[in-house]
Amino acid sequence: MRTNYLNHETTIWSWLSTTDHKRIGVMFLVANLLALLLGGVLALVLRIEHLTPDQTIIDAATYNRVFTLHGVIMVWLFMIPSIPTAFGNFLVPIMLGAKDVAFPRLNLASFYIYLLGAAITLGGAIYSGADTGWTFYVPYSSTTMTPVLPILVGVFVLGWSTILTGINFIVTTHTLRARNMGWRDIPLFVWTIYGTSVIQVLATPVLAMTLVLVAMDHAFAWGFFDPARGGDVVLFQHIFWFYSHPAVYIMILPGMGVVSEVICTYARKDPLSYTAIAASTFGIAFTGFLTWGHHMFTSGMSEFDAGIFGVLSMFVAIFSAIKVFTWTGTLYRGQIALRSPLAYIFTFLFLFVFGGMTGVAVATTSLDVHWHDTYFVVAHFHFIMVGGTLTAYLAALNYWWPKITGKLYAEKWAMASVVLTFIGFFATFFPQFLLGNGGMPRRYFYYAEHFQALHVVSTVGSMILASAFVVTLLYLGWSLFYGEPAGDNPWGSRSYEWFTTSPPPPHNFEQTPAFGHRPYDYHKPIGA
Amino acid sequence: MNDFLRRLLFLPDQGATFSARVDHLHFLVILVTMFGATAVFATALWFTWRYRRRDELTLTPLVRAPVALELAVVVGLFGLFLFFWVLGYRQYVRLRVAPDDAMEVYVTAKKWMWKFAYPDGRRSLGVLVVPAGRPVKLIMTSRDVIHSFYVPAFRTKQDVLPGRYTTIWFETVAPGVYRTFCAEYCGTDHSRMWADVVALDAVQWEAWRAGADPSDLVAGMLHGDDREHGDRKLVSVAFAPSGVVQDGEPVSMAQRGLEVAARKGCLSCHSVDGQPHIGPSFRGLYGRVEQLENGTVRVDEAYLTKSMMEPMADVVRGYRPVMPTYLGQLQPAEVGALLELIRSLREPLPTPPGIGYPQLPTNPQDGPAQSYEADRGLETIPDESLAPAQAPAGTPGAPAP
Repeated sequence: MRTNYLNHETTIWSWLSTTDHKRIGVMFLVANLLALLLGGVLALVLRIEHLTPDQTIIDAATYNRVFTLHGVIMVWLFMIPSIPTAFGNFLVPIMLGAKDVAFPRLNLASFYIYLLGAAITLGGAIYSGADTGWTFYVPYSSTTMTPVLPILVGVFVLGWSTILTGINFIVTTHTLRARNMGWRDIPLFVWTIYGTSVIQVLATPVLAMTLVLVAMDHAFAWGFFDPARGGDVVLFQHIFWFYSHPAVYIMILPGMGVVSEVICTYARKDPLSYTAIAASTFGIAFTGFLTWGHHMFTSGMSEFDAGIFGVLSMFVAIFSAIKVFTWTGTLYRGQIALRSPLAYIFTFLFLFVFGGMTGVAVATTSLDVHWHDTYFVVAHFHFIMVGGTLTAYLAALNYWWPKITGKLYAEKWAMASVVLTFIGFFATFFPQFLLGNGGMPRRYFYYAEHFQALHVVSTVGSMILASAFVVTLLYLGWSLFYGEPAGDNPWGSRSYEWFTTSPPPPHNFEQTPAFGHRPYDYHKPIGA
Repeated sequence: MNDFLRRLLFLPDQGATFSARVDHLHFLVILVTMFGATAVFATALWFTWRYRRRDELTLTPLVRAPVALELAVVVGLFGLFLFFWVLGYRQYVRLRVAPDDAMEVYVTAKKWMWKFAYPDGRRSLGVLVVPAGRPVKLIMTSRDVIHSFYVPAFRTKQDVLPGRYTTIWFETVAPGVYRTFCAEYCGTDHSRMWADVVALDAVQWEAWRAGADPSDLVAGMLHGDDREHGDRKLVSVAFAPSGVVQDGEPVSMAQRGLEVAARKGCLSCHSVDGQPHIGPSFRGLYGRVEQLENGTVRVDEAYLTKSMMEPMADVVRGYRPVMPTYLGQLQPAEVGALLELIRSLREPLPTPPGIGYPQLPTNPQDGPAQSYEADRGLETIPDESLAPAQAPAGTPGAPAP
């Protein structure tokens, strides 16, 4: 057997002390999956609670703590780190033809900082039972009886991990590209990771600042946001969303990178426009910084501001639409093999376009007045976050699994899982649009009885969605032990990561690579 | 069609004048959304079948979208989104800006209840009683954390902030009972923090003003659906709204405002007779456009409350910045009373006489309805304290006898 990154050292210490980006990526993958599992179990608790309008399994105070923890885990422990830290770490250096990221030790540090942050956040949440919601709105968060400090410190620490990862990818992309690789030869996945990293580096410090201010308010009563001492509660929302809206693009942009890779490979086709896909990434990243106010149309902002933020939000939709148009057009006259990763991407397309268009709907200021803080918004962002990012994450997992593990999985089970995911997802979240239309506010423990049917459908859907994850874990676990060897390039891709062995050797390539083709050159034979 | 789509989308009744229009835009946007998502999905599936892989080695053509097509897509979509935005923003402004003749009610939110105070001095808990078919403006503040006043049937909501006064307005289309919710997460009993908006017709409105309990007035207005609530064990979940109407002999809010102004020392610098003193007079202040050192400002609730809490921020030209802050010195109810005092000292009042409840078709023999200005209780303020310096007798809008 050839030496690869998995078998050249096998001690536990060799994993814990590794600076190999691939091993760090795999450790992040495991950590993210555990976070997803934990957040998912909490989501199921919430859904089961809503089977009846009254108390079902937990009381109101517990409900508030569970949805807080669900949000915190899913946002900061899963969604934000997920694709960049796991697949970005594994793939970006290989796609660039590099041996490793620019700062391998910093990369390892970012993993341990992530673990530390996760431990503080979870430990703090279990110890304190914070009930503020993941948004920590003041003055609720600065006056609540539950100790909110540990969770703030935990998220603060997680922010460092995000920033270090971001810096690493930016420097790697700038300095470690293979010989002959110009900026227009970079795989599209790297472009999205690059764009994401820029947002992470620019926006995360603002979150850190916000968290420090809340912590000071809570712990020492400094009164930044306390109106009785001249503070302003809406100011918090402005600076919180100045980070947290771009954070939404931190979550979705890497997913878009996965879509570009998967579609080109299975359609065996050059993208309709490489430039449009790469450039729109930065369009989203840039305008994402200018749209935070659309979270605040009913918060007491001036009508003028609301109008401006409404228009700017439409720009994000335009850049997303350019991507969707280009992806769909890429399929035209391709040679399309419908494998499970591509099926996940079609799921992504439907759910993302639907969720994105409801984003246009909520940016239409007057409609948002009715929908704001109702289940409509919950459904909207779950369509993007779960329907978009999570299906892209699953597509990535299936698509790069042979590269990461060197094994093939059972395609039939994978397809079954795609179908279950789609049905389960749609059944879970579509009824929540209707609940929002009906006027059910979010974060409600008790609800009116005529909403019960929709809630039951949603809960059943969440069970189906959970079963899809179980199926995925089973067939992937099976493949680890009994899967067929994958070969270097099972999908016939021309993207650079497939031009090394599976699993890759410790330093990614046996010889310093100099790629003789662009990553999506499916229109001409390549020398090999 | 309207009703079919409304039921299909689970939208509640269209209870306010702008509800139906908001819904129509909703239908348009959602139909386009569903069409768009389905079209993209269907196109992808069609391509997948039409261009399915036939062998493993075929090369594919290099297809580049014509720039014109790309531009057309971008411009077309942007046009569509802008179209949505223009329609939505016009509605948004209409939703946010209350008409000048709206009746005011002062709202105080706290964990986990809504308190309403009417200009004539009446107060209620958990039940907001309004006349149907008349614009009502709520001036709201919170005692603790952020809450949000949300009436699904009216398609409108507004966050209620501690330390700030926000407004929301609506005009009901018909008498009825509408459930209002707190939409901003506020803790354990967030989902129990609801109240009822009881919109009454002219006869019932007069009955309520005469002291009737709302629960006796709303028979036949209650929809079973709206009354259901998961929380059956909570004693206060009543089938019919029964407002606690306090103050059998209510003192008008303007009168209370005058007392507050005297007690807190406002009147030592601000007169109520129109004479400028150390600060501008309260009389005629509301609604005026004032010259500041750097610009102008229209005097409304926002400016007045800001001037109480941050007096140095926007000083009217010609006055010295000497006012101390009242931050922490005034209770929300006192601020409301002061606002109502200043609002009441207008002449002419912008409200045309008789808009209070002009149509009383059922019993015309009662004579002309009491004007809304009378509701404000101007008559209870001693005449001498309010007499303008050279006010001609019979000024339009002067208090009704």
